[in-house]
Amino acid sequence: MKYIVLIITALFSTLVSGQTADEIIKKVDQNMSAENRIIESSMTIHGKRNSRTMTSISYSVGDKQSFTEYLSPAREKGTKMLKLEDKLWIYSPSTDRTIQISGHMLRQSVMGSDFSYEDMMDDRELTDLYTSKILNEELIDGRKAFVLELIAKVDDVAYHSRKIWVDAERFVPLKEDLFAKSGQLLKRTTLSDIQKIQGKWFPMKMVYKDMLKQGDGTELHISSIKFNQQIPEYIFTKAALKQ
Amino acid sequence: MIALKLAYKNLLGAGLRTWLNVTILSFAFVLIIFYNGLLDGWNRQGKRDTINWQTGQGQLWHSEYDPFDPYTIADSHAPLSDIVLKEIHAGNLSPILITQATAYPNGRVQNALLKGIDPNQKILQLPSADLNNVQEKYSAFIGSRMAEAAKLNVGDWVLVRWRDKNGTFDAREIQIAAIFKCDVPAADNGQIYISLSVLQEMMGLENEASILVSNENFSQKNIDQWVFKDLDFLLEDFEKLIASKKGGSMIMQGLLLILALLAIFDTQVLSIFRRQKEIGTYIALGLTRWQVVGIFTVEGGAHSILAALLGAVYGIPLFIWLGKVGISFGTPDMGITIAETIYPYYSVRLVIISLLIVVFAATVVSFLPARKIAKMKPTDALKGKLQ
Repeated sequence: MKYIVLIITALFSTLVSGQTADEIIKKVDQNMSAENRIIESSMTIHGKRNSRTMTSISYSVGDKQSFTEYLSPAREKGTKMLKLEDKLWIYSPSTDRTIQISGHMLRQSVMGSDFSYEDMMDDRELTDLYTSKILNEELIDGRKAFVLELIAKVDDVAYHSRKIWVDAERFVPLKEDLFAKSGQLLKRTTLSDIQKIQGKWFPMKMVYKDMLKQGDGTELHISSIKFNQQIPEYIFTKAALKQ
Repeated sequence: MIALKLAYKNLLGAGLRTWLNVTILSFAFVLIIFYNGLLDGWNRQGKRDTINWQTGQGQLWHSEYDPFDPYTIADSHAPLSDIVLKEIHAGNLSPILITQATAYPNGRVQNALLKGIDPNQKILQLPSADLNNVQEKYSAFIGSRMAEAAKLNVGDWVLVRWRDKNGTFDAREIQIAAIFKCDVPAADNGQIYISLSVLQEMMGLENEASILVSNENFSQKNIDQWVFKDLDFLLEDFEKLIASKKGGSMIMQGLLLILALLAIFDTQVLSIFRRQKEIGTYIALGLTRWQVVGIFTVEGGAHSILAALLGAVYGIPLFIWLGKVGISFGTPDMGITIAETIYPYYSVRLVIISLLIVVFAATVVSFLPARKIAKMKPTDALKGKLQ
């Protein structure tokens, strides 16, 4: 009886959406990913007493290579981060030192924000880590969205389950909730200001919020995004950090 | 012998001047003993409290464990072998599993160490047995400092987030079952104690621990994957703290002693100046110059003996009283192990060393001006001429 209910539920969800959760995730990946991209953005970290904003420019090739340089404020200016495969280095101009962030250091917050280096580093495909299913459809800011539930199928993931709201037409995530093993909601990401850039729908504003603590989270505003540009190879070398 | 008799008569003959010197010197003497006794009392109580609340009589650390490097904590755990389990059942070892966690009391973020402790352990004075009396599985006890910092009371719930052995986040509301009070901040600050078996289940580390606390009966110190840390190692920081306090106090004690010795020095200079005829007479009577120097040196040094006697008159009752009532420091929270009330401890060694230092220093400052006598011409001295 249990299996019949499950099969009916699965069939129903496929019929409702016309596609499986994995297919939706793949479409999101196809829409969001590019051969390479250059992003100029500002990140505002809302603290308990004050907020601080830092601007940066990021170059990335696929999910494996990325280079970020902080442009302001003066205190952070010149700080650079290089990610190559599963390795991450940070260059600090004040000490003129490059350090590799590894092991448990990856669990630290990035520049005091609401996300960790580990959040940045995990470039494995969601479909490799989670089994997904469509829960239902909801309206988010007037747009129809699929609600996907992802449950970890491997042990070494930071978040045991996720819930993602995906725009049903543009295949852009609009909201994502990250849950602990106990089911406790840990983090929420809200994506908005969706714009079509070079044929791809992309959220220009993202708000990351640690749901366990007070505060308004971390806002990321993308001021400019360019896909499939000519990025010099030397950018993705350790030598580029000190330049 | 003559020197002693003369010294005694001259000292008493000097009257008020002698008693002023003796009083100041006795004050320095008593204060030196008091302050060192206070530090020794702090040292003894601090060590005893640290052993009772934190270290036990020694600890076995997992080979990766380094309490000063938080990045090692996640990997510092190992299964409890048969040898270890045998010692645990005998009550000689108590396992503690440690993991980093974040507590969110009322939405505020507080980093914490989540420690799993056996509720039936008897080695540490932590109120682990309270975990046996609770209905709620996810119950914890914390120290008063942690309770104050997180504004938590008994019965309150606090959300705690941690990562399991695979690095996957988990979070739960944990109820505070008890709050303990101890003088060891290292056993209290930023620490949440829960049942060992519950933490093992939460972490997915069944039958594993990070450190093992031992009692005095534990002797098997070479166990695979575990490194034994004795009390010399575990109390090293506290010893260094006391040593630095003693070093710092020496400046104050030295200044006090110098003031007292300066008074003796002045008295000696004045005596030699005013008693030139007496010096000439001694030499005329057949004493050598150095014998006369000896008389004056003994006379000056005898101040310290009188100071010790006077100090004993008021110091011994004072020390006995302080030893009984102790000295209250309120509730200091300076991040170091210090009791609310310290009971000074005066060892025989401390009294003898202090006495020797005062006697030696008083004798030296008495001798220095007395050397002038050796250069005096007896005839001029007899006439009382200035030399």
